[in-house]
Amino acid sequence: MTDNVLYTYVVRLADDAIILSQRLSEWCGHASHIEEDVALSNIALDLIGQARILYSHAARLEGKGRTEDDICFFRVERQYTNCLLVEQPNADFAVTITRQLFFSAFMLPFWTALKSSGDVILSGLAAKAEKEVAYHLRHSSEWFIRLGDGTPESHSRIEAAVDGLWMYTGELFDVDEITAGLVKRGLAIDPETLRSEWNETINAVLARATISRPDDCWMQIGGRSGEHTEHLGHLLSPMQYLQRSYPGETW
Amino acid sequence: MTENITPIWEVFIRARNGNAHRHAGSIHAADAEMAMQAARDIYTRREEGNSLWVVRSSDIHASDPGDGGMMFDPAADKIYRHPTFYELPEDVGNM
Repeated sequence: MTDNVLYTYVVRLADDAIILSQRLSEWCGHASHIEEDVALSNIALDLIGQARILYSHAARLEGKGRTEDDICFFRVERQYTNCLLVEQPNADFAVTITRQLFFSAFMLPFWTALKSSGDVILSGLAAKAEKEVAYHLRHSSEWFIRLGDGTPESHSRIEAAVDGLWMYTGELFDVDEITAGLVKRGLAIDPETLRSEWNETINAVLARATISRPDDCWMQIGGRSGEHTEHLGHLLSPMQYLQRSYPGETW
Repeated sequence: MTENITPIWEVFIRARNGNAHRHAGSIHAADAEMAMQAARDIYTRREEGNSLWVVRSSDIHASDPGDGGMMFDPAADKIYRHPTFYELPEDVGNM
């Protein structure tokens, strides 16, 4: 079965998951304390699990005999189609938590809606991912509230993280002909239908964190068409090193 | 992270419905909600249970090891306190 449009959509979802997972994995051994080290690694592992199902599904849809690893490890930067938000560097803990909050607040209603997709792999994954992301959202929200409503230092760092990442949130709701076509076929979700829930979640968390919501501004997009920020290549290098040095290596 | 910002919490896990919560270990966290999350992330990632309690370690009153003689030694020679000391009628069956 070859379905290039659905392949493109599934790879976007997979790329979002694997790139954010790789970012979170960078904290392993470096978080503030062992509890948070494990917490971030747990989230990263949830996302790897989602990405594996999606890449394997994409490989079948493409019908060229490639594997999940081929798609994940043998595409270059411009062939990656993750949203720009997930590739932004960890910077400090406040940025990591804010990035997770913005993304998870979108993905929770997304997976909930995708449970009714006409694609059985996507609807099956959605039921599993919905529970995982519900926890990711709670974890990032609770940290965000404590950092925002914490010390002057943590407040200013969270404020800076929100201001720095806000311009990447618009891409979550971007619709092109790929998404629009699949929405008509009952396979994909129109992100515009998720905007009010995202706004409600974010507004509530920002309010409890005593952080004001940034004004509406110009939104940076480009990830879905392979136009990335300068950070993605530096992320792919260590992520792809092993498979590129030892193609097909397993353990 | 200093101890007074993230105090120690004791973690109790119930492995399955009907069982008692059992002590699993301890974690550091700033408050009860964060302690619950840390307990979930550290102690239940391999399906160890379906219910969690977290308790501030400082809220637990422990017996003094120095009182061991007074507290526990007198029970050593009271074997009649074990139910096996009594002969039960056959009809009662296993207790």
